[in-house]
Order: sequence, then C-alpha cells, then structure tokens
Amino acid sequence: MTDASMENPGTGRRATSLTASDERTLKRAKAEKRFRLYGIIAIATGLFFLVVLFASILKEGIPAFTRTVVSVEFTLTEPQRAEAESTLFKTKAYSDLFITELNGKLAESGISVDFDEAAIERLLGKVGGTIRTFYSENPDQVGEPINFELAASSRVDGYFKGRVSRDTLQDSRFLQLSDLDLVDALTEAGVIKQVFNWPFITGADSGVDNPGGAGIGASVVGSFFMMLVVLALSLPIGVAASIYLEEFAPQNKFTDLIEVNISNLAAVPSIVFGILGLAVFIQFMHLPQSAPLVGGLVLTLMTLPTIIISTRASLKAVPPSIRDAALGVGASKMQAVFHHVLPLAAPGILTGTIIGLAQALGETAPLLLIGMVGFVARGYPDGFLAGFTEPNSVMPAQIYTWAARADVGFYEKAWGGIIILLMFLLTMNIIAIILRRRFERRW
Amino acid sequence: MNDMSRVERQVDANEIKLECRDCQVYYGDNHAIKDVNVDIEDKTVTAFIGPSGCGKSTFLRCLNRMNDTIDVARVEGSFKLDGEDIYDKRVDPVQLRAKVGMVFQKPNPFPKSIYDNVAYGPRIHGLARNKAELDEIVEKSLRRGAIWDEVKDRLDAPGTGLSGGQQQRLCIARAVATEPEVLLMDEPCSALDPIATAQVEELIDELRSRYSVVIVTHSMQQAARVSQKTAFFHLGNLVEFGETGQIFTNPEDPRTESYITGRIG
Repeated sequence: MTDASMENPGTGRRATSLTASDERTLKRAKAEKRFRLYGIIAIATGLFFLVVLFASILKEGIPAFTRTVVSVEFTLTEPQRAEAESTLFKTKAYSDLFITELNGKLAESGISVDFDEAAIERLLGKVGGTIRTFYSENPDQVGEPINFELAASSRVDGYFKGRVSRDTLQDSRFLQLSDLDLVDALTEAGVIKQVFNWPFITGADSGVDNPGGAGIGASVVGSFFMMLVVLALSLPIGVAASIYLEEFAPQNKFTDLIEVNISNLAAVPSIVFGILGLAVFIQFMHLPQSAPLVGGLVLTLMTLPTIIISTRASLKAVPPSIRDAALGVGASKMQAVFHHVLPLAAPGILTGTIIGLAQALGETAPLLLIGMVGFVARGYPDGFLAGFTEPNSVMPAQIYTWAARADVGFYEKAWGGIIILLMFLLTMNIIAIILRRRFERRW
Repeated sequence: MNDMSRVERQVDANEIKLECRDCQVYYGDNHAIKDVNVDIEDKTVTAFIGPSGCGKSTFLRCLNRMNDTIDVARVEGSFKLDGEDIYDKRVDPVQLRAKVGMVFQKPNPFPKSIYDNVAYGPRIHGLARNKAELDEIVEKSLRRGAIWDEVKDRLDAPGTGLSGGQQQRLCIARAVATEPEVLLMDEPCSALDPIATAQVEELIDELRSRYSVVIVTHSMQQAARVSQKTAFFHLGNLVEFGETGQIFTNPEDPRTESYITGRIG
C-alpha cells in the first residue's frame, strides 16, 4: 500500500486539479527547499572558513618572504686593505671603513645623525667581520665597487613590519630607542631597503636568537627525500598487497584477520608508528638517527593501510564483466588483472596514493620521536645518497620548532613555512592529476 | 509459430564434441545442477532453455570452467572435450578457454580500441608472428563477427563507444579470434533490440559451419530459430534434450510442454 492510495480509500483517485497543489505536495516541496538551503549553508560555512584560513596564512606568512637589508656600495682599495690588515683589531678597521662610507652616504643626502659603532653592531651585527671575510674569500674584488646587502637584525626587521614600535621598544643590548633614529635616517637616505627573502627559501635553520637568518630550504630537501622513500616503498608494496588480497587470496579466517588488521592500522595514532620506528629502526636496526630514510620507513608503515584500502576499493569497483571477458578469451588470472583490471583501477589507486602521501607529508609527531626535529636542519646534504642518511628535518617539524621558539621573529617564519609546505603539497597534487589524466585517456 | 518450419533442419549425425555425464554443481550447500547428461555435437547449435534460475547459465559456465572463479562453486561429473576430461588436474583452464570461447549476456568489450579488443586473444596466445598477421586475424574475425564493414574505418576508436548490438558482435569477433572449437553464448541477445538480435542470430547460423555453438536463451522463438538441438532445464534438472523441432512440436515431458506453451516459467 503506497501513501497515495491511503489518501482516498475506496476510489483510489484524487479529485483535485493538477494545477492546484495539495497540502502534502506543498509540504514535500517545502521540505526539499529546506534541505537545499541546509546544503547551501553548509557549503557557504565551509567556504567561509577556507577563506579565513587562507587570508590569515597569507597575511601572517607573506612578511616572511621579505627582509630588511642595508645596501651600501663599497669600494676597498688595495692600500686601504693593506692598512686594515696591518692593524691589531682588523675587523674594527673594516668596520670603521664601512661607517665612513655610511656617513658619506648620509651626508650626500643631507641628513645628519649621531651614531657610534655599537649602534651599527646592534643594527647589522659584526659588519667588519662580514666585509673582511668577503675580501679574504674574493681577493680579486679588491678595488672594484661592491654592493653589500647586509641583513638588518630581527628587531629592525620587526620595526618595518610593525612588530616593534617606538612606544613598545625598551632599551636593551639588542636595540635602543636612539637606534631607531638612525634607522629612520638610513631609510630616508635610501640605504635600508626591503628585498625578497631568498635566504628564507634556500637557507637552513638558524640559532634561536637569529630569526632573520632562518630558512626552510634544508627541510624542504629533507621532506623531498623522505617522500621519495615513502613513495618508493608504499606504492609497490601497497598495490601488490591489495592485488593479492583482492584477486588471488582465498577467502578464509586468516585473510579475514589480515583485512580487519589493515583497517585497524589505518586508525592507529601516528605517534605509535613513531615510537615503533624508534624502537625497531634506530635502537634495534641501528639506522642513523634523524635520517629521512628512517622517517620514510616510519611513514611508509603509516601510509600503507591508506593505500591498501583505497586500492582494494578501486579494484572492487572494476566491473566483473571485464574479468570474465579476459578469462573468456583465455587470459590467465594474472594477465586479466594486469592487462585489464589494474589500468581501470589506476585512477583510483593514484587518488588513494596521493591522499596517503599528503598525510605523510604533513606528519610531525612520529618524526619528532626519531629525531627529525627542526634545529637538526642546519645545512644541505652532500649529494644525493647522503640526502637519505644525513640528519635533516622536514617542513612540518621545522615549522613546529619555529612556532615553539621564544623570539617573535620566528612567528612569521612559521607562517611562511606553512605557505611553502602548501606549495609543495600543491605541486605533488598537480603531478598526480596530470598522471591520472594520462591514465584515464587510455580508457 | 511459423518460425520453426522456416529453418532448414540439417540433422546430420555430427560427431560429439563435448560429452557431459552425471554433472553436479553445488553452490555451497545448494545443489544447483543435478545429474545432467548432455552431448554437444560438432557444427551444431545447441540451445539451453528453461525458466530463470534453472541452472542453464551455471551449466554453460561449467563447459569452459568459468565456475572456477567462484570460490563456493563445486563441480562434479565428467566433461569430455574430444575425449579429454576438461576437469583433469593437468588441464590448464587458460588453454581450455582458448578452445572453448565464451560470449556473455551483457556486451563486455574491453575499454580499449576495437582493434585491441579483437587482437588481445591472439596476442596472449601468440597466434600471430607479426603485425601483418595480426591485422589479418583481426580483419577475419571482425568479418566473421559481421561487423567489419561498420568498423573498418575506425579500428582505433574505443570498443565501448559502439552501440549495444555492435558491441555484442565485437565480443563475438573477439571470441572467434582465438580460433575456438566450441563457442558458448550466455543469452547473447537479451540486451539487444530486435534488429541487432536478428543480426546476431544470422551470425550464429553462419558460425555453425565452423564451430559447435551452445546458446542459452530465454526466448523460445530464438531457440527454435537458431538451434538444431534443444535442452530444457527445470530446477537444476535436465528435463528433456533432443532435436529442436521435436522438442517444440512434440515434447515428451509434460513440464516441457507446459513451459513452451507458457504455463510455467
């Protein structure tokens, strides 16, 4: 008995006109409208949060991509160099030369401001040492005009980005109120500039009191080598395991047990894999600590269940008629799977793989346990193979380390790191989408 | 039923291609096929008819061991192709299926080009030594599938892009490409319109000159039109097996009569 026939028992027909909606129909139409509205609200809320998220990431992270430099064109003549090298305090001699040059620049612009060497050191660090090192490494540059771009200290950088202001600044050994006058004068003379922060993208992590020198490059490389290990291990093992379980394995208690365990593994907290990696790979197998190789092994364990589950789902989704067709013309089971089932399942497998890899890329907790913490990333590995075994960090661990540091200068670095991480992820996804297109074109 | 008289019935005594004795099939605890004895003759179309769920498709799938792929299915009895037991331990089902081809109910071309669909079987069995030979096999098979003229200009087009009837004829071409001796067809026309059905039926009649054809069908008219021998299955039993003309005009078993006159089924 349908609802319709309950309405008018006996006749089974409605007396109303088709153009006039009855109460039931109106109610249903309203319910449908409401439901659509809920859907739109849900999507709008999601979009709103997405916009807020991206806006805040960009707002906080963009400053990390600019840095404040003092740019001075400087010519050192041979006699000047000889004289500086003959003094007792050699770096002081270079520093004096620099200050003379700077004074000249200010006088050119008609600005007069009082400053001493200590102020320059608070602004730019040990200038004399930097210049001396440059000339001892490039002796052929003596006599040529060189444009020195000297990084300003984190607080000066903060002054330009609004983190430090005259009202909040307290005199300290890092920066004094009078130094800001010098900074303003130098800005007016066009000596202090904001430039793109290449060292942030290409550099390595710095000390806890030098946020200006911190770069994410080394940990990008760490992430890259770790993801290579994860991809090279989890994709073949995961796909092979799924094909065996789905197409070849007999259905019995043992395979049921394996299936249940794989599903459960996907839900195990990642830190459990971290401590497992510490115990097995480092303490038992004595693999190097903090190495992307070990990180990759740990994350492979974590990624495998995701890949196996999605691969099995996409193998199951291939219509059985294709298997029948292949077997029917005399293909062996393996031929049927590899020639027909696998190509059809490839887009789904790729989707699962990219989800698994994206998870692995963003994982921090298990890597902290095996020593891939941020401050380890102090330089680039020497060569390709060393990339797997030399201590390094990964992007999320680096970001976590920066966010945990006391100096506020690291705060914007953490946000900037997030932007780089998202760009890395985007690149990975774009490659996966291109690959999937290529597979799909083969019908 | 004028159809029956239209077909010229060549009831020559062909030699027996497939001899099935005391065949039993179990799906788990369910006894699906009970004590079936059938002789499939060479160069003959044999039709299996019967109501849904009577086991005719199951029995058909026994003939090229497609039931091996179903875990719970168990087959007993003797199936002899040219005197050799096809369920012998030494028989590789892959070789058997090259000799006993199959066409399925739903057209199931591979999601590849028309050419690759037909060439797949010969490729995996190594039937062609070079591209020219393969081209020749593909053309010959498509001609036998009565679809060559429609697709010869677009062999690179996907097989899945053809119409239902064309897809089914492509599947038949694919099945004959491996030079089978027996061709099994599981309701090959149930998804086709009357015109495509007529084309496929005509094709089946032509195929009879080279192969032994076994066809499962729900349409009694179709069985009467294309077959020389007919087997009637009911509830897993083979009720009656004999000359098509005799089954349809003068059945021995009352159940056969009820079915073909539309009273059960």
